[in-house]
Amino acid sequence: MTQNQNLFFQKFGITPNDLQRYLGEALSAGGDYADLYFEYLTSTSIAVDESIVKSASQGISAGCGVRVLSGDRTGYAYTDDLAPEKIMRAARTAALIARGPAKNPVEGFKENAAHHLYPVASASAEADIAAKLELVMRCDRAARAYDPRIVQVRGGYFDEIRQILVIGSDGTFASDVQPLARLSLTCIAKSGENSARGAAGGGGRVGIDFFHAEKTPEHFAHDAARQAIIQLGAREAPAGEMEVVLGPGWPGILLHEAIGHGLEADFNRKGTSAFSGMLGKRVASDKCTVVDNGTLPSRRGSINVDDEGSPTQNTVLIEKGILKGYLSDKLSAKLMGMPDTGNGRRESYEHIPMPRMTNTYMLAGDDSPEDIIRSVKRGVYAVNFGGGQVDITNGKFVFSASEAYMIEDGQITAPLKNCTLIGNGPDALTKVSMVGNDLQLDEGVGTCGKDGQSVPVGVGIPTLKLDSMTVGGTAR
Amino acid sequence: MATHLETPTEAEARLRELAAGVVSRAMKTGATAAEAVVREGTEFSTVVRLGQVETLKESGSRAIGLRVFLGQRSASTYSSDLTEDGIDRLIKGAFDLTRVTSDDPYAGIPEPVEQGALTGDLNLYYDDVYSLAPEERIDYARRTERAALEADPRLKNSDGGSFDAATGHKVLANSNGFVGEFRRSYCSISAAPIAQDANGAMQRDYWFSLARTLKKLESPEAIGREAARRTLRRLGARKIASTQVPVVLDPLVAGSILNNVFDAVNGDAVYRQSSFLAGKLGEKVAGSNITVIDDGTIPEGFGTEPFDGEGVPTQRTMVIENGVLKSYLLNTYTAKKLGLKTTGNAARGLAGNPGIGAGNLFLQKGERTPQQMIGDIKRGLYVTQFLGFGVNMVTGDFSRGASGLWIENGELAFPVEEITVAGNLKDMLNNITEIGNDLEFRGSTAAPTLRIDGMMIAGE
Repeated sequence: MTQNQNLFFQKFGITPNDLQRYLGEALSAGGDYADLYFEYLTSTSIAVDESIVKSASQGISAGCGVRVLSGDRTGYAYTDDLAPEKIMRAARTAALIARGPAKNPVEGFKENAAHHLYPVASASAEADIAAKLELVMRCDRAARAYDPRIVQVRGGYFDEIRQILVIGSDGTFASDVQPLARLSLTCIAKSGENSARGAAGGGGRVGIDFFHAEKTPEHFAHDAARQAIIQLGAREAPAGEMEVVLGPGWPGILLHEAIGHGLEADFNRKGTSAFSGMLGKRVASDKCTVVDNGTLPSRRGSINVDDEGSPTQNTVLIEKGILKGYLSDKLSAKLMGMPDTGNGRRESYEHIPMPRMTNTYMLAGDDSPEDIIRSVKRGVYAVNFGGGQVDITNGKFVFSASEAYMIEDGQITAPLKNCTLIGNGPDALTKVSMVGNDLQLDEGVGTCGKDGQSVPVGVGIPTLKLDSMTVGGTAR
Repeated sequence: MATHLETPTEAEARLRELAAGVVSRAMKTGATAAEAVVREGTEFSTVVRLGQVETLKESGSRAIGLRVFLGQRSASTYSSDLTEDGIDRLIKGAFDLTRVTSDDPYAGIPEPVEQGALTGDLNLYYDDVYSLAPEERIDYARRTERAALEADPRLKNSDGGSFDAATGHKVLANSNGFVGEFRRSYCSISAAPIAQDANGAMQRDYWFSLARTLKKLESPEAIGREAARRTLRRLGARKIASTQVPVVLDPLVAGSILNNVFDAVNGDAVYRQSSFLAGKLGEKVAGSNITVIDDGTIPEGFGTEPFDGEGVPTQRTMVIENGVLKSYLLNTYTAKKLGLKTTGNAARGLAGNPGIGAGNLFLQKGERTPQQMIGDIKRGLYVTQFLGFGVNMVTGDFSRGASGLWIENGELAFPVEEITVAGNLKDMLNNITEIGNDLEFRGSTAAPTLRIDGMMIAGE
């Protein structure tokens, strides 16, 4: 029995008999499938502003969500009280989605072998709060020391441990303990009347050692301060279609917006995605192979099992430009007759699971980043981004560059003010003409929103050249 | 087992006692000040897609948040565990955390004289939002979607019609003697049809109505038809060449500009110098035609509360008057930092320090109809959607994805997509050359149709 089965069985006194009873109640009106999602989440957050610790908070949230599927209908109810009568009541409420004679869940549960992608005992959340605070103070000191023009620094540390137990009427029995940690900062640079902003951060499903060895507070602080200072001298970005080079790592948000959401199975099952019916068709140049991989050790978007208890996978979405697969959960897999790719995720026990990305990235190509830059006559080199958004149905997507430069005659020249890039998902990647040999994943700060639910995700790309994309600047 | 169904009055008394009890226990444990918030809520939602129920969700939840002060240090905890044991850990946890926080001379809860609540009924709560039988709720969603899909044969698919209802009850107590509470209710319907043209290209849009009582909800048929109209007008959208022409923002899109103004007058951003409006109090920051008001006291308003997240009465604040920046929006902390008075805009979540929240924020309406505004324009862009987050509050730089309709000789000519609209908020606020007469609250932020000149449109 793993640590968190102990938690739910011992702390909350839940027994295997109870679980059978809850599932029986959930199927009392004849649903096809029912599951229980138990969650116990503890989180810590510390904020440093003006070099003092202004806020520290800790919280606990626990509950159980009951879901019943009947055809393509979903009934859902949850309780934040794990007393048996409360869970039974939620099960009874969710059951009403179905209209028929009661069904029985299978007898006995089966636990599948799971990944072990991240530390548990040594998770960052277990470390002393003073050690976490010191990380943020080091961010503050390093950013201020970087340049006297840095006038404001705001740093934050956040971590959580999410313990889940998923029980399904098909015998699913899965549990996981999911640590997550993030260190981040924003700084403001001022020079005369001119102000600018820089931001950086990272983390993952890691122990606190990660911030001492792999990515130190000084690493993030210098990156944020450097961006703010560079932005002080930024000039107006150009407006119109031109060549665009994306730097490696976080600019992979391109994939997340341009194709990732459009390949989530629920949209394709309903025919509401611009990618509906395009399996086997060309959606990218033959230099592009894109995967969604939930099994990378310690990454922010990784999970041992998804929130329906299915093991995560490495799923090929696009292979040499051809659309190969969708990201699926149990419901869409069943209704579409396709494999469940282990992408059923939810924000918390209060939410219905749906297909979501994990870590979405493009495999490395053959081109050197230097050659890629050198090949551009006049274009934009974008290396850092804020957020992005996509309209699934018409495929139009945007992502906003927070650090970008002009490329003129093969040389990186002036830094540019913030500008949005806009494209069309189904054909944006057909314009990829060069793919770098320098694949990087992002630092570990991505949060994806869909239907009001947020989940942590990762992205990555090698340096990429798109022959044409619309750059939303103000200069003619 | 004997059960006794708790009455609403008993439930209120129980939550009041819980919040006040936690504050008094924190004080007995040695806090110099304490503040507790208890939230209880219920939600119902259903989505009907292509005439069939797709999801039904129904639940309730409760949680408590605590902030304790030891002199000028503070820390906070929250929990969904309201048992004795859970409350013990909540209080102990907050005390333990104060070990790592710093003395902050500006930290604290409001002075007793600043505290209070608006009196009288603000009409925020109506129990009729749950009065419908489950089948009737589903029928609301079904009718909304059906009205959309029946409007035109090109509307072949749908993201569904929805009906949502929710109630919330909030109690706030602090060690300066404040105990306040209020209930709020909410219901809404929406439809999101998908249109397809002869080439197979799809467009989606949506429309919605929300209200505190079922009686004020617009008819499902009206909402469905408007969703259909908004979706159909996007069919056949194309890209245009980069250009600089007047843009006209529809009310929802104009409301997003108003939200940018909120971010810029948010006290937290102002004291941190991370707003382009920091240090501009009393200065002209917008055209003389611009007046922006935040009013947390409007009966039935979606941004209305009798007191803010710290127990200060909400108020009506003139933010920008005839183009002059009159006030930031502040809580106790940011007011002290800036040497000003709180405007009753504290927003308290369960965890952490209070932030800043708007009440009902609106831009005062002008004289002309949107049709007249469009009719004046020879070549321009009517924007019906912004996409993405390309706004830098430090510099005011603005660059967002957009779609809408091209204006040619005063008429809406054809739909446009895959373009960006860019400028700088400092200039944009000064270049709002016309303001529509169509101010309507559909949420807590409202702006009429706005015309802005001088923005750059990037396309082909």
